[in-house]
Amino acid sequence: MLSKEQIAKRIARELRDGYYVNLGIGIPTLVANYVPEDIEVVFQSENGLLGMGPFPYEGEEDPDVINAGKQTVTVLPGGVFFDSSTSFAMIRGRHVHLTVLGAMEVSEKGDIANWKIPGKMVKGMGGAMDLVASAKNIIVAMMHTDKYGNSKLLKECTLPITGLQCVKKVVTNLAVLDITERGFELRELAPGVSVETVRKATEGTLIVEGDIKTMEI
Amino acid sequence: MINKAVRNAVEAIQGLKDGMTVMFGGFGLCGIPENAISAIRSAGIKNLTCISNNAGVDDFGLGLLLQTRQIKKMISSYVGENEEFERQMLSGELEVELIPQGTLAERCRAAGAGIPAFYTPAGYGTEVAVGKEVKVFNGKPHILEYAFEADFAFVKAWKGDTAGNLIYKGTALNFNHVMAMAGKITVAEVEELVPAGALDPNFIHTPGIFVQRIFQGAHYEKRIEQRTVRKKDLVV
Repeated sequence: MLSKEQIAKRIARELRDGYYVNLGIGIPTLVANYVPEDIEVVFQSENGLLGMGPFPYEGEEDPDVINAGKQTVTVLPGGVFFDSSTSFAMIRGRHVHLTVLGAMEVSEKGDIANWKIPGKMVKGMGGAMDLVASAKNIIVAMMHTDKYGNSKLLKECTLPITGLQCVKKVVTNLAVLDITERGFELRELAPGVSVETVRKATEGTLIVEGDIKTMEI
Repeated sequence: MINKAVRNAVEAIQGLKDGMTVMFGGFGLCGIPENAISAIRSAGIKNLTCISNNAGVDDFGLGLLLQTRQIKKMISSYVGENEEFERQMLSGELEVELIPQGTLAERCRAAGAGIPAFYTPAGYGTEVAVGKEVKVFNGKPHILEYAFEADFAFVKAWKGDTAGNLIYKGTALNFNHVMAMAGKITVAEVEELVPAGALDPNFIHTPGIFVQRIFQGAHYEKRIEQRTVRKKDLVV
């Protein structure tokens, strides 16, 4: 079973040289810590920053330089600031190559729900609906089940939808799965996790074909 | 050059009345018009409809106007981090309209650019699309969204001149530029106000034509919402 850091590390292997990447809040943010050394990617933060760098050194925080999670960050050489409509022009205009998001639920059709739990939590969608409506490639990073053990990989989402048929790949603490027209296709297993464990934790259609390799972390 | 400078925040909010629709720039607490918010709180103007990406925190930003129940309705994309907000929303005291962040930005830009409405893919198939016109372009469904109308826009810039030209710093640019374009009356507050001609015209973010009033804020707290740092001795 993978830790949150290991999920991020596995997703970092999907990065390609020259990619512009938007990372959501939570596990996705950690992906920035594991960029392979031989490639260069540029992180976009939808509040208006391209070329986002690591957190600042203590004492060097600038209240005018934050990321979309409102955390103080730095800007790398060659980075740039821009206004919100330009930021979403980059996103809707499909200039961003990869979006990594957290989710509460993902369906076997690639629908995603991650912005609202009726009656319990209403924080808002932020930029998630714009991101999922237009992204070229969306990877979801999340735990396979919720804290009660219920599957988060479903036939149909039960929570309010963020976007339809948009998620291409899911990386969880148990497995890597591609979403195709057939459902969740199991690609890789986390070390020490069996197909049976994934099957039990997946409510949606799970396709298992051939030998499933173990993830390289 | 037309001189748009006013003396202070009190003078800058003249004409703002109960029930008006008002834009506030900023993302989280970054780049918010702190001085205008304080002046509006002191003036006790009520029943405001506020268009702002976020709603501040309990004791800062728009949270200050929520404490005093001066806000009737919030139009935002993300409203976490504010307990008083949540309480007022769940009890029905506060109306809330949540819309996708890119749509929020574009509805501001459209308002300033004379575009009455536009189609966007964001929100199709979700609660956001309920009751909205859908049109398919290149095989993909889009929903119709309308430009905002705002009586006032309060924005915050780093530097400005008396002609209303504005320069922002860092990610404090965010919604400030598009909201400056959108307000019927746009009030800009700046950390440093200089005479027209003192700023390099090659590096202006918001041209002064969009700005009706400008003043230098008396005080900026510039509170950090999530202070995240790394230690110097760490090898990164």
